[in-house]
Amino acid sequence: MPIDETLAQYSDLSFKTALVVYTLVLGMLIWQFASVQVRKSEARELVTAGGGSRRPEDTVAVPGKVVEEPAKPLSERLGNMAVATLVVAFALHLASIVLRGFATDRFPLGNMYEFVSMACAAAVLISFWLLREQRHRATWVFVLVPMLILLFLAGTVLYADAAPVVPALRSFWLPLHVTIVSVGSGIFLVSGVASLLFLFRLRQPEGQESGNLLGVIARRLPDARSLDRLAYRTTLIGFPLFGAGVILGAIWAEAAWGRFWGWDPKETCSFIAWVLYAAYLHARATSGWRDTKAAWINVAAFVAMLFNLFIINIVISGLHSYAGLT
Amino acid sequence: MTVTDERPDSVPNTPPRQSGPGRALALVRNTWRGLTSMRTALVLLFLLARAAIPGALLPQRSLNEQKVEQYIADRPTLGPWMDRAELFDVFGSFWFTAVYVLLFISLVGCILPRTVDHYRAMRTPPVRAPRNLARLPHHYEGGSEHTPERVVEHAKAGLRGWRTEIRTGAGREGEITVSAEKGYLREFGNLVFHLALVGLLASIAIGKLFGYEGSVIVIADDGPGFCTTSPAVYDSFRAGNVNDGTGMTPICVRVKNFRADYLDTGQAEMFTSDIAYQAGEDLETGTWRDTTLRVNHPLRVAGDRVYLQGHGYAPTFTVTFPDGRTRTETIQWAPTDARTFLSTGVLRIDPPGDLYATDEERRGNQIAIEGLFAPTASLHGSLLTSVFPRMDDPAVAVDIYRGDTGLDTGRPQSLFALDQELVRQGRLTKEARVNLRPGESATLSNGAVVTFDGAKEFVNLQVSHDPAQQWVLVSALTMMAGLLVSLLVRRRRIWIRVYPAADRPGTVVQRRTVVEMGGLARTDHAGWGDEFDRLRVRLLDTDTTTARAGADSTGD
Repeated sequence: MPIDETLAQYSDLSFKTALVVYTLVLGMLIWQFASVQVRKSEARELVTAGGGSRRPEDTVAVPGKVVEEPAKPLSERLGNMAVATLVVAFALHLASIVLRGFATDRFPLGNMYEFVSMACAAAVLISFWLLREQRHRATWVFVLVPMLILLFLAGTVLYADAAPVVPALRSFWLPLHVTIVSVGSGIFLVSGVASLLFLFRLRQPEGQESGNLLGVIARRLPDARSLDRLAYRTTLIGFPLFGAGVILGAIWAEAAWGRFWGWDPKETCSFIAWVLYAAYLHARATSGWRDTKAAWINVAAFVAMLFNLFIINIVISGLHSYAGLT
Repeated sequence: MTVTDERPDSVPNTPPRQSGPGRALALVRNTWRGLTSMRTALVLLFLLARAAIPGALLPQRSLNEQKVEQYIADRPTLGPWMDRAELFDVFGSFWFTAVYVLLFISLVGCILPRTVDHYRAMRTPPVRAPRNLARLPHHYEGGSEHTPERVVEHAKAGLRGWRTEIRTGAGREGEITVSAEKGYLREFGNLVFHLALVGLLASIAIGKLFGYEGSVIVIADDGPGFCTTSPAVYDSFRAGNVNDGTGMTPICVRVKNFRADYLDTGQAEMFTSDIAYQAGEDLETGTWRDTTLRVNHPLRVAGDRVYLQGHGYAPTFTVTFPDGRTRTETIQWAPTDARTFLSTGVLRIDPPGDLYATDEERRGNQIAIEGLFAPTASLHGSLLTSVFPRMDDPAVAVDIYRGDTGLDTGRPQSLFALDQELVRQGRLTKEARVNLRPGESATLSNGAVVTFDGAKEFVNLQVSHDPAQQWVLVSALTMMAGLLVSLLVRRRRIWIRVYPAADRPGTVVQRRTVVEMGGLARTDHAGWGDEFDRLRVRLLDTDTTTARAGADSTGD
């Protein structure tokens, strides 16, 4: 099977452009993040000056008088721009994945570069859905930062040229198993970030933020409850997905390696991550564990996922050594 | 954060002292309660994850025995202690077993009572409406022009899929209440998930006890192959504790050929091997069936699986003895470089039995050929390396020894290396160090001629037997189904109370009905407010104009 070099180059170009546009989006989001302060503190002052939570009179509709929509504040416009640009970046990102698939004439999940790229695309996609509300604009910043780091690593350290895969990867199960696991990883990325933000927000609860920089950052974040719910909802999606990915992997291993489970380092680490996510879901239903402890378990589980991705693939040799790094 | 039931210090009546057996019973009961509590389960889950970590980080015997030996040898003081702590057999170690056995006891102890509770809950009608529905997080109060019976009828029709119970006769005169609950499947799914987990463990255990796997190297030249009649057939054989090696499923396999496709870079594209096999009735009738083994495509026959797991080269040498008789042998050499398939090994040849008068003399004239095989040779001076894994231009670089190969000494020897002790003792003497291409030969001092004929491919086949494998799959799929159900289904409770409005003086003929509705989300509170409103509209849409108090939709 020959590699279509032209398509491969377009794929790489698309990836690099996506990376640049993502960075641009991050810049816009950070700007939005920084400028949102003015509005909030003004609103706060107004409220205290009014001496109550009464609505300002000017919102009452007067018949025959067209009330001009107040101009949207800069931060909101920036946020909307950022999300629109994000769509472009995501489209480029998807294009790079699809082109890679056509260039190599196989499913584009044959090495770590492709895996991380797919996981990040999944993280963006799930964030589009879960972070669509205005109050989550600030959360985007913290999802994009780790994602950009991962994508950067994928494009540099982990990068592997478009190439065919080894015989063991030529299987019907590759698209199913690896796609599901990488999508699950992307979702867990959002979940891990949400839990970290939740832990941070617990220390800086709404209305009691400290005066230093941390408090300034915290004030722009959604409240602790919605962050916690975000972490929980993403894990609820990620957990069965990842479980299905592991089961599909076991079915494949039975056909490829002669046993469905053999405690290969990758299998072991997936087991650890799965058990930790199960512990998180249980902790959420146990009094006394619900908040901080559960969130820490979720973070630990995400660390296990990262460990599984990087250390197991690169440092420890096992049957899953498909990183494409030599 | 833990909830402890603190009693005031001055509790006057201390509980009466219990009798011995009573206290023992209390201890057992408390231990059981502690073990089956969610908190313990959480700690055990955490321990399980923690205990598995060395399994990922340290070399494991089940995966690579040599690596473990090397690891221990590198750490002369710590290594043996780690070995004693079973850190190299994590998943069979006493501590790992202890954790998961405790976890499963805890799980069963938690799940069984819950199953009973759930069964009871399924058989009891939904609970009575609370007296004051207005105190529920979501409630509604309004009126209707229809009779209470009519309102209830309408609501009941809209509650398809809910468990409902209509109660009359309580409270006000003419009052009818509807209790409705849905989402029973959630707990059901949850129970199925956990029970399937137990099933998964049980089927894995059965598979491990009764199963076996053996691997064997077969030269791919349509030779006699092998039949899986005894463990002795295999080069390596692992079986479960209750499997004594008898009663193995009989399968016979002949390997016709082997083909490896490579890219120009030397990366493998596919490994394929055509085989013929017999199983079941074919063994009696002598029928051979053809099939092709490939990576990811094992042969599944008679409940067992035959895998193509590896391949390599088996060089062929012919020795022409001084009297003109020849002996030809082909034997597998071990690939030492996975990229170029440079292989090492040894081939031992005995002279014909009657060539030498005494055993002593015969032992002095056995021949051993040890060295390197390159499928695509490249010579740097006289140093042989391989540049490509396919057999394009084979060559060997071998030392040829004459003397006692030591095969009848009783000392075990490696198939792939000579016992260097024999060389050191002078029982084997090196006669030549040569590079040979196919057809080339070397002559030894006793007149024997060693010819390199070329090489054949060998395949490494694995035969696996796991009687409970399909149950593992069934359990895993049931687990997933239960998990999905338990995560997707939401538990909701609503109550509707209707009663005739009291005739107020001044109001006219029309008899009006007061309608109250309250709702409770027992799980997944997000979105319940909107859901409640939609439900209200659907169930009570007879007349909503007279709503006196809307639902306070505060989210959750």
